[in-house]
Amino acid sequence: MFSELQLGSSLILISFFAITIVIVDALFQKNKTVGFSYALFGFILTAVASAINLYQAPSLIIPLNSENLITKGMIVFGGYSSFFDILFCMGAILTMFASREYLKREYHEYTEFYSLLIFSVSGMMFIGHANNMLMIFVGIELMSIPFYILAGFIRTNFKSIEASLKYFLLGSFATGFLLYGIAMIYGATGSLGFTEISKSIASGINSTTILVIGIGLIIVGLSFKVAAFPFHQWAPDVYHGSPTIVTGFMSTAGKAAAILAFMIIARNLMPEKIVSGKFNFDTHTLQNIIAWISAGTMLVGNITALVQKNVKRMLAYSSVAHAGYLLMGIVANSQLGWQGITFYATAYLFMQIGAFVIVGLIERGEENNLNIEDYAGLSKSHPMLAAMMAMFMLSLAGIPPMAGFFGKYYLFAAAIKSGFTWLTIVAVIATIISMYFYISLIIQMYFKDRTEKELEIKTGLGLISLIICTIGVLLFGVFPSLLLDLTRQCFQLLG
Amino acid sequence: MSLTFIFFTVLAILAIASAIVTITARNPVISALSLVFHFFMLAGLYLTLNAQFIAAIQILVYAGAIMVLVIFVIMLLNLGDEEKLKEKFNLRKVIAVLLASVLIIQFFLIYLLTRSGKIEIAENTAKLSTVQSIGQVLFSEYLLPFEAIGLLLLAAIIGAIVLAKRKLT
Repeated sequence: MFSELQLGSSLILISFFAITIVIVDALFQKNKTVGFSYALFGFILTAVASAINLYQAPSLIIPLNSENLITKGMIVFGGYSSFFDILFCMGAILTMFASREYLKREYHEYTEFYSLLIFSVSGMMFIGHANNMLMIFVGIELMSIPFYILAGFIRTNFKSIEASLKYFLLGSFATGFLLYGIAMIYGATGSLGFTEISKSIASGINSTTILVIGIGLIIVGLSFKVAAFPFHQWAPDVYHGSPTIVTGFMSTAGKAAAILAFMIIARNLMPEKIVSGKFNFDTHTLQNIIAWISAGTMLVGNITALVQKNVKRMLAYSSVAHAGYLLMGIVANSQLGWQGITFYATAYLFMQIGAFVIVGLIERGEENNLNIEDYAGLSKSHPMLAAMMAMFMLSLAGIPPMAGFFGKYYLFAAAIKSGFTWLTIVAVIATIISMYFYISLIIQMYFKDRTEKELEIKTGLGLISLIICTIGVLLFGVFPSLLLDLTRQCFQLLG
Repeated sequence: MSLTFIFFTVLAILAIASAIVTITARNPVISALSLVFHFFMLAGLYLTLNAQFIAAIQILVYAGAIMVLVIFVIMLLNLGDEEKLKEKFNLRKVIAVLLASVLIIQFFLIYLLTRSGKIEIAENTAKLSTVQSIGQVLFSEYLLPFEAIGLLLLAAIIGAIVLAKRKLT
C-alpha cells in the first residue's frame, strides 16, 4: 500500500536539514544568506513532502502491523499529522522571512537562529506523528529546548535573558510533571502506546488511583505547555521578553504543537466506547476539568489583556486566551471538536504571526515603540501596514469575513454539540471582552493623529510573510470549506 | 568467605564512612566531594547485585551530572564562611529525620516480608536490569525515540554554544 519511508519522508527530511545546517553554517560563516536560504529550502522541501503525503493519504494511518515496520508503531502517518507538518513548516517559513530584517536591525543575525528554528519544528513534527507517550515526550522536549534558547537570543537585552531563564526553569518543572504522569499511566495500563492505553482504559483497569494521579499530573504538565489557566503566569513575561519574531513563532506554531499533544493524549484517555461493569475512569470528569481550565483561561487571558498598554504584552495575554478557545475542541472530544482545533490553529497561525511581524517592524531597540500610542496615525504614514494590522486584529477578535470567525464558530459549535453550552456562553462573553482591546488598536491607527515624528519602516522580506498571512486570513475566511473538507478527512482512520 | 562478600564489606564500610563525612564536614566542598565518593561506592554495591545498568546510570547521573551542579553552586555562592552554615533547630531537620525514618521502616518491612515469603521477587528482575536487555529494547522497539533524543542533544549543544559564545560584532 504505502511505503513507510515515503510516509515518513517529512520527518526524515526535517531531521536531515536539522543536522546538515550545522555543517553548512560552519562552511559559510561569512555569508549569512547561505544559511538562510538553506534553512528556507529545507522548510519548503519538507512542506512539499508533507503535502504529497497528505494528498496520497488524507486519512490517518495507524500502523497495525507494527512488527514489520522500522518505527515499530511509534508514529502514525498521513491525516492530521501530515496536515500539522505543513502548518508548522508554514509558521517557520513566515517567521524566517520576517526574521531576516529584524535580526539585522538588532545586530544579532547569527545563523544558529535558523538551525534552532529547524530543530524546534522537527520536535513539533514528532509530536504530530506520535503514537506513543515516549514519542510525545521527546517531541515536546525537542520543541521546547530550542524555544528556551530562542527566547534569550538577544543576549544583550536584559528582558530577553530573563524570559529565557524563566521559561527554562518553569518549563523544566512542567516537564517533570509530565514525565511523572506518563510513568504513572504506564504503571496503570502497562503500556506507553496510545492504542494499547486507550484499549485498556476502555476495558477497565484495576489500579484506577494510579491512573487518576497520572492523568492529573499529565494535565498539569500539558496545561503549562499550552499556557492554560492557572499555569499561564509564565506566558506574558516570556512572550513579552523574547525577541518579537520568536514570540510570534512560539505563540502560534509552538502553541499549536502543545495543543496537538494535549489533543492526542486526551483523545486516547477518553475512548468513546467504554465497557461498563468494572470500575472505569469517568471520562466526563476529565472533560469537565478541561472545560473549567478552558473557561478560566479565556476569561483570565482576555480580562488581563484589557488593561495592558503595551501591544506586545497585550498580544501575549490574548494568546493565553486563544489557548482557552483551542481547549474547547478537546473538551468536545468529538471529531467536530478536533476539526475545529485544526481549523482554528491554522487561522490563528496566520493572524498572530502577521500581527507580531508588524509589531516587530514598528518596534525599535529595547522596549521602544511598543505602546499602543505609538500606533497612532499609522494609517496615514503606512496605509498598507495599518490595513493589514486591522485585518489581523479583526480576525483575532472573530469578525465574520476573517478566518478567525470561522475557527471560533466551529469550536463553539462542537462544544454545544457535546453538551457544553455553559462553556460556549463563557467563550462568547470572553470574545466580547476581547473586542475592546483589539478594536482600540484599530481606533488608534485610524482615528488618532501622531504627535511625534514619522516612523521609518523598512519591511524587507517581512513583506512576503505579511502578504502570505493576509491571504491566509482572507482566503480561509471567505472560503472556509477549502480547509474544512480537508480537516474532516484528516481525522478519519485508515487501518 | 566469597569474593562478593569481601567486596560488599569493603564497599559498604566505605559508603557509610563517606556518608558520615558528608554530613559532618564543616567545609561544603569536602562534604560534596565525599558525597561523590559515596555515590561511587553505591554504584559498586549495585554491581555486586548484578545490576550493571543501574550502576552505570548511578555514576553518570548522580556522580556526574548532579554532583557537578552541586559543586558549581557551592563555588558560585562562595560559601567559605562556616558561621553562616550553622543552623539551629529548624523545620528542615525535622522533615529530614522523618523522611529518613520512613526509609528505614520501609527497608525493615521489605526485609521481613521477603524473609517470611509474603512477597516474592519477580523472576526477570535480575535479567531486566542488565545493559544487554536494555540495549536490545533500546535499539529495536524504541529506536525512533532514541534517534529523536540524538536530535535533542544536538539542539542542546547548539543552544549552549549560542548562549555562551562571545559577543560578535
